[in-house]
Amino acid sequence: MDRKYTPVEKKFNIHPYVLAGLVPTCFFLLFYFYPLSGIFLKSFFPEGKISFLFLEQVFASTRMMKIIWFTFWQAGLSTLLTLVCALPCAFVLSRYTFKGKKTIKILASIPFVLPAVVVAAAFQACFGNNGFFFGMKIENPLVLILYAHVFYNFSVMLRIITGFWATLQGRIKEAAMVLGANPFQVFINITLPLLKPAISAACVLVFIFCFSSFGIILILGGPSFSTIEAEIYRQAAHLFNLPLASFLSLIQIGFTFCLMWIYTSFTKKAAMFAPDAEKTNLKQPVFLWEKIMVAGVIIFILLLCVAPLIALVVKSLTYNDTFSLIFYKALFENKTDSIFYIPPFNAIKFSFLFAVTALVIALFTGVCAALFIRFCDRKINNKWTSLFDPIFMLPLSTSAVTLGFGIIITLDKPPLNLRTSIFLIPIAHALVGFPFVVRAILPALRSIPENLTDAASMLGASPLKIFKHIDLPLISKALVAGAIFAFTISLGEFGATIFTARPDTPTIPVAIYRFLGQPGAMNYGQAMAISAILMIVTALGFVAIEKFRKESSEGF
Amino acid sequence: MKIKIDKMIKSTIVLLSLCIAMISLFACSNQAQDQTRKQDQTQKQATAIDKSVAMPVITIMTHDSFSVSKELIVKSQVKLGVKIVILKSGDAGEALNKAILSKNNPLADIFYGVDNTFLSRALKADMFVPYAPENIDSVDNALKLDSENRLNPVDYGDVCLNYDIKWFKANDKDVPTMLEDLIKPGYKDLLVVQNPATSSPGMAFLLATISRFGQDGYIDYWKKLKANGLLVTNGWKEAYWGKFTAASEGNRPIVVSYASSPSAEVFYSETKLTQAPTGVVIENGSAFRQIEFAGILKGTKNLSLAKKTMDFILSKDFQEDIPLQMFVFPANQTAQLPEVFEKYAKITTVPALIDPQLIDTKRDIWIREWTENILQ
Repeated sequence: MDRKYTPVEKKFNIHPYVLAGLVPTCFFLLFYFYPLSGIFLKSFFPEGKISFLFLEQVFASTRMMKIIWFTFWQAGLSTLLTLVCALPCAFVLSRYTFKGKKTIKILASIPFVLPAVVVAAAFQACFGNNGFFFGMKIENPLVLILYAHVFYNFSVMLRIITGFWATLQGRIKEAAMVLGANPFQVFINITLPLLKPAISAACVLVFIFCFSSFGIILILGGPSFSTIEAEIYRQAAHLFNLPLASFLSLIQIGFTFCLMWIYTSFTKKAAMFAPDAEKTNLKQPVFLWEKIMVAGVIIFILLLCVAPLIALVVKSLTYNDTFSLIFYKALFENKTDSIFYIPPFNAIKFSFLFAVTALVIALFTGVCAALFIRFCDRKINNKWTSLFDPIFMLPLSTSAVTLGFGIIITLDKPPLNLRTSIFLIPIAHALVGFPFVVRAILPALRSIPENLTDAASMLGASPLKIFKHIDLPLISKALVAGAIFAFTISLGEFGATIFTARPDTPTIPVAIYRFLGQPGAMNYGQAMAISAILMIVTALGFVAIEKFRKESSEGF
Repeated sequence: MKIKIDKMIKSTIVLLSLCIAMISLFACSNQAQDQTRKQDQTQKQATAIDKSVAMPVITIMTHDSFSVSKELIVKSQVKLGVKIVILKSGDAGEALNKAILSKNNPLADIFYGVDNTFLSRALKADMFVPYAPENIDSVDNALKLDSENRLNPVDYGDVCLNYDIKWFKANDKDVPTMLEDLIKPGYKDLLVVQNPATSSPGMAFLLATISRFGQDGYIDYWKKLKANGLLVTNGWKEAYWGKFTAASEGNRPIVVSYASSPSAEVFYSETKLTQAPTGVVIENGSAFRQIEFAGILKGTKNLSLAKKTMDFILSKDFQEDIPLQMFVFPANQTAQLPEVFEKYAKITTVPALIDPQLIDTKRDIWIREWTENILQ
């Protein structure tokens, strides 16, 4: 009621959330736009002149057009398949509580960290070379690509949808039931529309991920299938046709931007607010059909995600058809005294260190970005600010080779002489993990009613205080999902091994590639063994992240 | 609840600072190396962390398959009075491209691992200092492809067909002896090769066929291979570990690999094999010789030490270390080969070779022709 209060506040015109927005913006300008513009300038204006040869190389080539078309449809189909697999599982996981639920969820997320070469080995170990998978020949590259995409992204979809579904209030559904709607009608008319924000967020994420798929296409798909991303790699790394590679990167970035822009302008309206609904929604499976459903989902997830992993572990433990720890033992000896020998504990240590640092950077910038985006939606809401959200998604579909080349030619002078710096590795990982964090927490953040925060601010709480006491507890669950994504992306090193010119930083994926680089049965066995270790490290990381949240926000 | 959230924030901050501290500590040694390389005089702090950084640093930029033994590096660092830092920068093509991109402000003093298929591209970029290392006279003249000594040969190996001996015995078939065998009906569905556009052994094998059948005839040969059930993968790893019967559960008993691969199979076997499980086809012009070169990058801040390091690379010590580290042959002929190499690694007397200049001008065309005819 004190009228003088407002003018005093006005002196500091910059809202803390705008300051928060500066964090991801600077992060992006420095580590994303600056290197990219550097490589684009160098590619398109090599001697100050531009040549449009690359336009012809793209639009006049049937092969290139086929690649672009394939990139789109395989991403669409992969997303659809992932949704079909994940939705029923999400339904069961968000409704029922049962023993081993957490374990199942963790197991389903492990594929995300495995390098594509290892996934190929896992599939082969699991299904055999001429095996069949749901009636289709596993050797067919297209089947492999689609299966691998589902295998990788299933947990992304599952986590985002389950997290959201669990918070939907049961009351509306019950009301509809009382009014005579059958379960199917309830699902179509009530649950599905309510779930839309989470489903679309997950689908967009998975689509972009498959759209810029690289390792899977190159390794499992073989040479007859190529995506834009794989083609960029070919053009940049092998043919050294930088203008073409850069132009393809631009197409990719431009498309992702448009897709995200359309998507974000449709999803500003947030979902229902029901912070505590989860506890009241969850129940034990009682009836037989419920039990069958739960069992069905468990078996499905085990078959889809876990069976190949187990086959891999079995392979790492078998030598000459008998159980043996020989490959694990061999990990500890440096047979050739190579300077690049990687002691397993060192690899684990480095992987963990990078993953945790990347996680913290991604979470911090991600939360800042999400707060900023919400602030823009609610308080400013003009055309320009709505561009931030799509921009923040771009690293997900930016070719690692292009960005890596950009870094080499731009971040080469003090104070930013980062080309060979060890800091560049977690930064690169965080850049890719960041979009996942934003997508994971934004729906939760938006679901917090505006009047709740407004009331707090009216009562004199500073924005920081509001964040600490209102926003943070309410998004903690989404934060965990984001953290897990950022963590796994770093552990799996998506394309980041080709990101930088690195000094000796022995992470687990680097060790896997090192072993697979030379012939010999011992090398192969050790690669399997260290892959198994990577899975265990990942699982432990997940448990730690979940525990961290529980301990810090218990009692809410 | 308040306290708990506070705790969460606090522990996050603690965690963050911990991580940054640890990485900083690690980075210090790296950063310091970088600075010493630039002859920066602010090393005093760094010395406290790692005494060896007081020495000037020579950085060798190379590809991911590079390896060298620790003992040798440690010993030579003392002898040469330099600290050697090795910078892995992706596969062979990528590492070279990174070096070309950064030629105005190079990442290293020496580049190791330009192969003869990329030689022209590297020389055209005009980024190497001419220097003839001490032992260059011990190198076979056939390996020297740059008359100005900007790039000097350091190692070589033959890319050729490898076959699974056991499989051919079990199936009572003759092993292949030349490229022409592969298009015979008896060899249907047996071969897996790599895509020349994404794999350097794949490229080398394509060049072997071009050398054998000529620029006009090679595509016909490949079409016949395709009709005979050829399988193509993008990389060596997928072919060898995914499809080759001797190394995986795959169903292809013939793969494109190196003539030294059998020795690696023996070396990396647990129950010391006395016979290699794989054989190679190197006669009748079916093996392409891949030669790797190293050179001093223009813009090195310490030319005299870079020259000394180049001498070291061609020295007997380093050259004798090469075979078991990278499974290729040393360029220096005075270097002794290890036993497993003498016994099991093969080398052809008449390799298929194509002039690097021609490779450079035709590379894109050949790859495009091959892609259009074989993949589509």
